[in-house]
Amino acid sequence: MTSAMLACREVTELVTDYVEGRLSRWDRLRFQLHIGMCRHCREYLRQMRATQRFLGHLPAPPPPPDVEAELVERFKNWKRA
Amino acid sequence: MGSDDDIVTRLRDGDEAAFRDLLARHHDHLLRFARTFVKSPATAEEVVQETWLAVLQGLDGFAGRSSLKSWIYAILANRARTRAVRDARTLLFSEMTAEAEDDEPAVDPSRFNAAGYWDQPPRPWDDLTPERLAASAQIRVRLAAALEELPEAQRAVVVLRDVEGCSSDEACNILGISETNQRVLLHRGRSRLRAMLEPLMETGRRER
Repeated sequence: MTSAMLACREVTELVTDYVEGRLSRWDRLRFQLHIGMCRHCREYLRQMRATQRFLGHLPAPPPPPDVEAELVERFKNWKRA
Repeated sequence: MGSDDDIVTRLRDGDEAAFRDLLARHHDHLLRFARTFVKSPATAEEVVQETWLAVLQGLDGFAGRSSLKSWIYAILANRARTRAVRDARTLLFSEMTAEAEDDEPAVDPSRFNAAGYWDQPPRPWDDLTPERLAASAQIRVRLAAALEELPEAQRAVVVLRDVEGCSSDEACNILGISETNQRVLLHRGRSRLRAMLEPLMETGRRER
């Protein structure tokens, strides 16, 4: 029913299912076949993975000093309680 | 920082440095997550502080059935939801589901030809390492801003999965949504963020 060859547009919609390991074996094969032949979609997959990786390295500023001081104070009291 | 067990043991022993580490690591991301439920930054700040106090209250009973991180987020999600209901501003699960059902293409359809093949393909990003991110304040600022622009449900899922590194099961449990909805929201969110980063990351310049 479905054609063996995925179009690029389909690849961009299946990319998360692929990365998450949620494609059926058949779709996974079609996806890999396409990626093997299409450098644009290979690049797209790289970019999606990079976006994900960047998010994991987003810096987290520490809480403002007054908030931190208040919470640490509560932590000390919690231990004494 | 060590494993959850180490951290919990140190916290129970009253190790202040361990608590400061935990705050430094999660406070800002917790705020980002809280803002997907409550609108005002001040309220989000309150909810996150309440969450930390609830974490302290519950720590002795924390059995390690979930990761420490997902336990903290579950507490926050409950508090934020309660607060949002009180303030008559709540992101209901049904809305989360609806957001997942909206038809939203991952890539602007005009970039494909009629057969669905690239007409304007993505241009290569020159360096995809986290070091590149660390070196570029511009990208960090843009990515953080782009995250704030995501629809709430997408943002909640992306923060849990990609910013905090929770598993898909953990994210589903914290948000009370199905695995399928979680995956759709993750897909939409990541796709939008990639598109928002694109102009900054391309090696060459785009036409147009």
